[in-house]
Amino acid sequence: MTRIDQVFKRLKAKREKALIPFITAGDPDLATTKALALEMVAKGADLLELGIPFSDPLADGPTIQAASNRAVQGGVHLAEVLKLTGEIRRETDIPLILMGYYNPIWQYGLERTAREAAVLGVDGFIIPDLPPEEAGPWRVAAAKAGVAAIFLAAPTSGAERIKHLGRLTRGFLYYVSVTGITGARMELPPDLVTALKEVRRLVKCPLAVGFGISTPEQVRWLAPYVDGIVVGSAIVQRVARLKGQELIREVGDFVAALKAPLRAR
Amino acid sequence: MLPDKHGRYGRYGGRFVPETLIPALLELEEAYRRISREREFKEELAWYLKDYVGRPTPLYFARHLTAALGGPQIYIKREDLAHTGAHKINNTLGQGLLARRMGKKRLIAETGAGQHGVATATVAALLGMECDIYMGTEDIRRQRLNVIRMRLLGSKVIPVESGSRTLKDAMNETIRDWVTNVRHTHYIIGSVAGPHPYPMIVRDFQAVIGKEARAQIRKITGRLPQCLVACVGGGSNAMGLFHPFLNDPVRFVGVEAAGHGLASGHHSATLVAGTVGVLHGSFSYLLQDPWGNIQEAHSLAPGLDYPGVGPEHSYFKDTGRAEYVAVSDAEALEGFKLLSRTEGILPALESAHAVAYLQKLAPEYGKDDMIIVNLSGRGDKDMDAVAEALEVSGD
Repeated sequence: MTRIDQVFKRLKAKREKALIPFITAGDPDLATTKALALEMVAKGADLLELGIPFSDPLADGPTIQAASNRAVQGGVHLAEVLKLTGEIRRETDIPLILMGYYNPIWQYGLERTAREAAVLGVDGFIIPDLPPEEAGPWRVAAAKAGVAAIFLAAPTSGAERIKHLGRLTRGFLYYVSVTGITGARMELPPDLVTALKEVRRLVKCPLAVGFGISTPEQVRWLAPYVDGIVVGSAIVQRVARLKGQELIREVGDFVAALKAPLRAR
Repeated sequence: MLPDKHGRYGRYGGRFVPETLIPALLELEEAYRRISREREFKEELAWYLKDYVGRPTPLYFARHLTAALGGPQIYIKREDLAHTGAHKINNTLGQGLLARRMGKKRLIAETGAGQHGVATATVAALLGMECDIYMGTEDIRRQRLNVIRMRLLGSKVIPVESGSRTLKDAMNETIRDWVTNVRHTHYIIGSVAGPHPYPMIVRDFQAVIGKEARAQIRKITGRLPQCLVACVGGGSNAMGLFHPFLNDPVRFVGVEAAGHGLASGHHSATLVAGTVGVLHGSFSYLLQDPWGNIQEAHSLAPGLDYPGVGPEHSYFKDTGRAEYVAVSDAEALEGFKLLSRTEGILPALESAHAVAYLQKLAPEYGKDDMIIVNLSGRGDKDMDAVAEALEVSGD
């Protein structure tokens, strides 16, 4: 059983839900990313999602675009992100997931990426511009190396595609909460709960929801309907605004606040 | 006929976009295959192309340019005479009519030179649809007149500040808009690029250029030409000219922008100097660093200033069906002067690249041979840039 499967199983037994915080690797630098990652683990993260910087992140809103841009400007690329995950892996057993666009991964080599990632302790990849129609070669490479190819489902997907995505995905299915790009939102779609109940009915694998979720209140609202919740831009905004110990403390407190409504009651 | 059912031209093409857009692309493909075959749609499009766009555009025998080059007979396909001053309207009209039949209320588009933006804004005004155009702030500065044209036509021009602030970034931002508003919005991609089915749809709507040119040259001369020449940014005017000649023994030459020179690194010669990868939804040649980050393109011609290229051109390159070359900013300016002085036609800087390459091609041909060059747009939009580059005073 993979680390991702184990975490969802363990949490389910406790009637608890997973918090999956996201930050962009190398924003503002790799040392800070490592410190933030370990702090988030200490404060209640159940899985970690790290972004691989890319020049043209077209599924991302302004916050993660800016973070990605800062990291690209800092010269951070896939090989350094892989090395960083190896360092984080030495200090924690938490599942590590990389989120990255297809081109940098293709250039590095699908098999090479999957193999090196597996060796360094990466558990899965989310590739937002790789829909199932184009994912054949990546799924083969990932399966061979033993890393999860995690797929996204969207509000536009429709029942048949969602069922198909639920069968293809490994680890969990990532449901995109909004018809849109990433970024903290004050309001989520009012029919989101209805949509999540429908997805829940259609797929057997663990279900996580992300995009736009930015407050503990929103987390509390959605927790009953999913197995995990991804929070990205709301954390990345803090990375952009703060520095040093203040940044680490603030992100740690925020992660603790996001996790609280996910614990068993 | 390509693409295959996966939207592939050989290994190129495909649909590398977020899941949110996949159902919309499938819907668009289905609607296009159905609607484009309907007699009513074909008649409507043909009527607008004739009475609104002014087609067929002339195939003009450029006697003086021919004499100046001293070799083959040069025929110019006058897309610059189409309404709005470039070939872009062929595609925006087709997609606009398609979008209306699909029940979409809003059009969005990216633009570099502003020609595709103007052509989209024009069709939006004509069809009474809401329209937002994304344009990099660097291009807004370079193409002020086109910004004014789009606004006068009732469209909103949304400045894009990210990246190189040119076409690539405008396209990213348009895709983000489409991901958000996909249910009621149609994205009119301006080139034979992007995810399937766009390269196919844009090619088919632009193929009117080559269909006309093929019939015209046979009517005038009774023969087929030896060679076709067109500039290539994303590659829509070139594909539109080439494709109807696909099964003829006719040479295809696509001219990319070498900018400050290929060695300088400041160019847009994707096919000549790029490597393969994924950008804006398709697998094709592109300009990138070793880590797969997309590099900024450069050209004096904003319509060529793009680090990607249509997947079918990549296929043509690998199979050898077309050859691709590159012409520098300085050479393109020489082409601009040549056509202006010999024929009294001010070409768009993009098209000037194709004209410039005629000087290199001409010595390979005899006086009985014929070359068709696609004059994809007129030069009015480039007056400021050309005046500055050639130090022509307006005082």
